[in-house]
Amino acid sequence: MDAVGFAIVALCMLVSASYVVRAANLIHAVLWLGVTLLTTAALYAMLGASFLAGVQALVYVGGVVTLMIFGVMITRKHDGLVVPADSGSPARGALVGGSFFALVAVAIRATPGLDVDVAAKAITPADLGRAFLGDQVLAFETLSVLLLGAMVGAIVIARRHDPGAPRRALGSRSSPVAARTAPEEARS
Amino acid sequence: MTLSTCLLLATALFSVGIYGLLTRRQVMAVLLCVELMANAANICFVAFSRFRGGVTGQVFASFSIAITVAEVAVGLAIVILLYRTRGDTRLDLASEMKE
Repeated sequence: MDAVGFAIVALCMLVSASYVVRAANLIHAVLWLGVTLLTTAALYAMLGASFLAGVQALVYVGGVVTLMIFGVMITRKHDGLVVPADSGSPARGALVGGSFFALVAVAIRATPGLDVDVAAKAITPADLGRAFLGDQVLAFETLSVLLLGAMVGAIVIARRHDPGAPRRALGSRSSPVAARTAPEEARS
Repeated sequence: MTLSTCLLLATALFSVGIYGLLTRRQVMAVLLCVELMANAANICFVAFSRFRGGVTGQVFASFSIAITVAEVAVGLAIVILLYRTRGDTRLDLASEMKE
C-alpha cells in the first residue's frame, strides 16, 4: 500500500515536472509547477512531515505560483493567454541532466547502509516549534532579517524610476533637474 | 518506500530542473526550473529526517522554503526591471548588467 502510494506520487511528480520544462505556453508551465509542488506536499505527508506538507501547500502553491503567474503576465509581450516559452535545443540539457542523474544514482546505489531501518520516532509540530526557538533560534532570527531584507530589496529594485522624483530635486544647483525647476520657481 | 528511493526521486526531479535550466530561454521559465531544483533538495531534507530520525532535517527544509520565497521575490523584481529597461525577458539578450 505504501509502495503503491509512493509510486503514484512519484509518477505524478515527474510527469508534471517534465511538463514544467517542456510546455510551449509559459502559463501552462507555471500551472504544472503548481501540480509538482502539490505532489511534493503529498510526499511530505507520506514521510510524516505533516507541518511541512501544510507549509508547502500554503506558501508554494498559494504564494509562489501566484507570484509566478503575475510575473509571467506582467512581462509578456503579446496580448492573449498564450505566452511562448521559447525553448532552445534539448540536446545539451538532456546530456547534462541525464549524466547528472546517472552519476548520482550510481552513487546512491553504491552507498552502503542507506536503507538500514532506524526506528525514527514521529516528529510533531510541537517538536519543530521547540527546535525553532531552542537550538536553531539564531538561524531562525537571521532568517527573519533575511526575509525583511529581500522584501525591501525587491521593492527597491522593481520601483519605477521617476526622473522628477523629489529626491533628485534636492541635489546641487548644477544638476539638470534643479536647473530646469529653478526658473519656474522664480516665475511663480 | 525507502531512503534510497526517495533520494532517487529527488535526483530525478533535480535532473529535470537542470534540463529545463539549460534549454529554456525566458527568464521566468528559468525561475520555474530553479524552483523545481530547490524542491528536490527539500525532499532530500525531509527524507533524511524521516529515515534517520531527528528534527533538524525538517527544520532545514522549512528554512529552505523561506529562503526560496525570498529568492523568488528578488528574482521577480529583477525580471520586471529587465522587462522595463529592455522590453524583453529573453536571457541571451541580457548579457550585460548596464543599460
